Amino acid sequence: MTPALRLVSLKKHFAAGRAGFFHRDPRLVHAVDGISLEVAHGEILALVGESGCGKSTLALTLLGLEKPTSGEIHFEGTDVTHLRGAALKDMHRRIQMVFQDPYESLNPMMTVEEAVAEPLEVHSLLKNSAARRTRVIQALEDAGLKPADSFLDRLPHQLSGGQRQRVVIAAALVLEPTILLADEPVSMLDVSIRAEILNLLAEIRARRSITILFITHDFGTIAHFADRIAVMYLGRIVEIGATEEVLRDPQHPYTQALLSAVPVPNPRLRQKRLILQGETPNPIDLPSGCRFHPRCPVAEDRCRLTDPPAVPLSATHSAACLLVED
Amino acid sequence: MTSPLLDVRDLSVDFHLPGRPPGHAVSRVGFTLQPGEAMGLVGESGCGKTTLSLALLRLLPPQGRIVSGSVKFNGRELLALSEPEMANVRWKDISMIFQGAMNALNPVASIGAQISEAVRRHYSFMTPVEARTRTAELLDMVGIGAARAGQYPHQYSGGMRQRAMIAMALACSPQIVIADEPTTALDVMIQAQILDLLDRLRRELGLAVIFVTHDLGVVAELCDKVLVMYAGVTAEYAGVDEIYNQPRHPYTQELLKAFPDLSRPRAALNSIPGYPPRIDALPPGCRFAPRCPAVFDRCHIDQPALHALTPEHLAACHLVESES
Amino acid sequence: MTDQPTLITGRAFWRGFRRNRIAVAGLAMLLIALAAAVFAPAVAPYDPYAPVAITVESIYQRPGPAHWLGTDDAGKDVLSNFIFGARVSLTVGIFASFISVVIGGLIGISAGYFGGRLERWLMRFTDFMLVIPDLPLIVVIVAITRPSLTNIILVIGLLGWTTTARLVRSQTLSIKERKFVLRARSIGAGHLHILRRHIFPLVLPLLVVNSVLIISLAILNESTLSFLGLSDPTRISWGQMLNYAFERGAMSSRAWWVLVTPGFGIVWLVLGFTLLGHGLEQVLNPRTEWHHLTDHPRMVSLPAPLNPQP
Ligand SMILES: Nc1ncnc2c1ncn2[C@@H]1O[C@H](COP(=O)(O)OP(=O)(O)OP(=O)(O)O)[C@@H](O)[C@H]1O
Ligand SMILES: Nc1ncnc2c1ncn2[C@@H]1O[C@H](COP(=O)(O)OP(=O)(O)OP(=O)(O)O)[C@@H](O)[C@H]1O
Ligand code: SF4
Ligand SMILES: [Mg+2]
Ligand SMILES: [Mg+2]
Repeated sequence: MTPALRLVSLKKHFAAGRAGFFHRDPRLVHAVDGISLEVAHGEILALVGESGCGKSTLALTLLGLEKPTSGEIHFEGTDVTHLRGAALKDMHRRIQMVFQDPYESLNPMMTVEEAVAEPLEVHSLLKNSAARRTRVIQALEDAGLKPADSFLDRLPHQLSGGQRQRVVIAAALVLEPTILLADEPVSMLDVSIRAEILNLLAEIRARRSITILFITHDFGTIAHFADRIAVMYLGRIVEIGATEEVLRDPQHPYTQALLSAVPVPNPRLRQKRLILQGETPNPIDLPSGCRFHPRCPVAEDRCRLTDPPAVPLSATHSAACLLVED
Repeated sequence: MTSPLLDVRDLSVDFHLPGRPPGHAVSRVGFTLQPGEAMGLVGESGCGKTTLSLALLRLLPPQGRIVSGSVKFNGRELLALSEPEMANVRWKDISMIFQGAMNALNPVASIGAQISEAVRRHYSFMTPVEARTRTAELLDMVGIGAARAGQYPHQYSGGMRQRAMIAMALACSPQIVIADEPTTALDVMIQAQILDLLDRLRRELGLAVIFVTHDLGVVAELCDKVLVMYAGVTAEYAGVDEIYNQPRHPYTQELLKAFPDLSRPRAALNSIPGYPPRIDALPPGCRFAPRCPAVFDRCHIDQPALHALTPEHLAACHLVESES
Repeated sequence: MTDQPTLITGRAFWRGFRRNRIAVAGLAMLLIALAAAVFAPAVAPYDPYAPVAITVESIYQRPGPAHWLGTDDAGKDVLSNFIFGARVSLTVGIFASFISVVIGGLIGISAGYFGGRLERWLMRFTDFMLVIPDLPLIVVIVAITRPSLTNIILVIGLLGWTTTARLVRSQTLSIKERKFVLRARSIGAGHLHILRRHIFPLVLPLLVVNSVLIISLAILNESTLSFLGLSDPTRISWGQMLNYAFERGAMSSRAWWVLVTPGFGIVWLVLGFTLLGHGLEQVLNPRTEWHHLTDHPRMVSLPAPLNPQP
């Protein structure tokens, strides 16, 4: 079966700094730097990594809002890397995105109905207002806002954070997309609402077999509902595998560090944390060899020289670390 | 037991907004804090965590009023101090890392200058040179390094700005630091770094710390005891192990079930339906009754009192009272 | 959290507006002026455009029962001239400000939204217009063309858009960066849709406030022009009344009423529009709530509660 999404060494580089008139800064920000990935239909893939590792850039590139520097994006078997105009717009119907901040991702002047109907309006679907309203109500109910008609006329400031995020999800569902990109959809929400939205996404996947790409920096949020986890570091995927495998047996030192940084809500399980010092180095001057070596607690001399390839550990698990190879 | 460093009893704070009934943001909350102890203050958004912290410093938005209670620091009643005396307590005895303040640094002054200014405002006897030395010391202490004192906020990452805020809070060597959501909006690795820093400072300087957060993981990681607040009242107050392993209040139990736990990856996440009540329209009985899964008749009528299961484990729930 | 302008709508707006004394005072002043202007023929005791026979007694008559505000150098009733004069000030103010705001809004929104080279050129042009002094230029242009009401409106309107353009541009820049615009782009929305549904509605409050404030500028400009003798000779305006008063010896005749009356009218309107504008600004842009307290001006330290309970 063709995968829902296939990326072939996708890269997105930005020019560093403002290009001046006389001296154009020739350096590049390697935000996404060679990502190859397949996502099956109906799968939930979690993309985990620290701030600045290129998760959002990857999402925006998939949406066609950033033009990839090189590489290919295949969507249900067709190459959509260079689509423009009407074809690009048509593709937008099938990939939808939910953003991090529910307080910012709704226009404060638009009612719930207008916000959810906006994708229909943009794509000139269901011009008949009664049909459009039925679809909007359907989407709101799918997103768990019941009774939907009591929400239609509300403005964002009359909704709670969780309700707003549900409206955003409803607006993403109204076009019946095949892929949902969720960029930290719960990190701004309160604990109790967080669970509500995560459960909703899991339920939507089960009901509609939608493919979900879930972006986060927190293992805790995705551990219980992602099928696979891909760990990103400086624009690359350093480890990818089925959720259980990655959680039980993380192979890449970076994955191990990320996992140990997640606080566990049980004081009896307090342990010595493996805390990486510093932050993700800036993606302009990439370290030589393995790009993780300056922060890696177990780095050896050869890590400075060789850029490790992804090593398959099982049919579903691979990691890019020289130590894993042995 | 020696007398505690901080002893808070029956503290209540109301907000008065024009044309609205008074909002009871904090009602009769009490706790104690020993030197070097870390207490977690947890609860959903809007349940009064920040308000309680601010009230301890007698620093509230203009609509807020402390209506009753007592706050004793080293045996001294802070609520009876005159304003100049209180100003001396702030920062020098108790200081606070304000919620979101790391995003409110002055963008046009260097970090070092902002910290020196804070130092000199409280230690007016210091010369600018002495203040700079102190600033360098503080920056080293929080792991930024004095060399970066001359940089501006936009040259700092989120994690470094939060470190700078911690340095500022430590400027006058306080005995208690209140950290209001110090790691919200930071990524996990930076969060781990900041928590590690606060924990180190606590051990090295003997600081007592109040962690205000809605992240139960952070609290489990660092705190000795926990005060769970709901809609302005204490729901449960106990040692960290009791809270996580024998929670008695239904709210604590629900909150824990809603929090993703890496040690139990396949456990279903529970969400607590509904929202906390408005503070100006509180339900007559237990404030948690409208959302409580264990609710029974009496809950809608009587407010449950804080019941001591053991001297160190308090919970305000009729169920707990009738069981024991 | 950033200091984004917060927005309010509908009912909340009216509630805020009614509570805002400045805005209500401004609106009341303007409604009075507007009523006088609209119903001028009914309100004014005399018809200022009707010819009167001039006698020595009829000029510069002191205020009295026949002429409440006296008469001018042509023996005409000052009160009636005053009431009819409001029509010119209001017409010029409203129409000129409309032109300015439309131009400024278009330039500001396009520069802010599209950015790049277009923005650089538009803003360079705006800065150029901003540095040339308005009033002398207006005077020169009106003097060269014929000083008719339409010309005056056009000239004042076409020169008065620069501040609007700058304000609107920076507002557009900040709205453009907000997540809901990115979300609209992600569903495939084009520029037209984003401008129409997202940018414009959020710039609108700023435009409204700005147009109200610009009206008072336009009124002042018009009065200055007329005072300098560059008025439409077929219409009575306050500036023109002042001009005649100065040129035709009102000072030497000590006819203070001829000077004070139009001056009062100008101040009244300018004050009314300014109050309304600033009031609207406060209503539409309430300061965001407190988020942090590092020396926040709105944080107060509490006095000791009266009787702390032990
Ligand atoms: N338009 C741009 N121009 C230049 N650099 C950019 C641009 N967008 C992103 N970057 C840089 O690319 C890198 C990756 O950014 P990105 O936003 O994708 O990270 P992220 O993983 O989503 O981080 P976060 O968790 O903070 O959202 C960062 O170093 C960022 O500064
Ligand atoms: N200035 C104010 N005027 C009126 N009510 C206020 C004011 N500040 C806070 N409140 C109310 O007091 C209650 C407690 O607010 P507080 O900020 O203490 O909550 P919190 O627990 O810190 O929440 P969060 O996790 O969102 O920071 C809330 O219901 C809030 O709406
Ligand atoms: S008192 Fe009743 S409603 Fe309140 S928490 Fe206990 S059981 Fe639930
Ligand atoms: Mg991101
Ligand atoms: Mg708070």
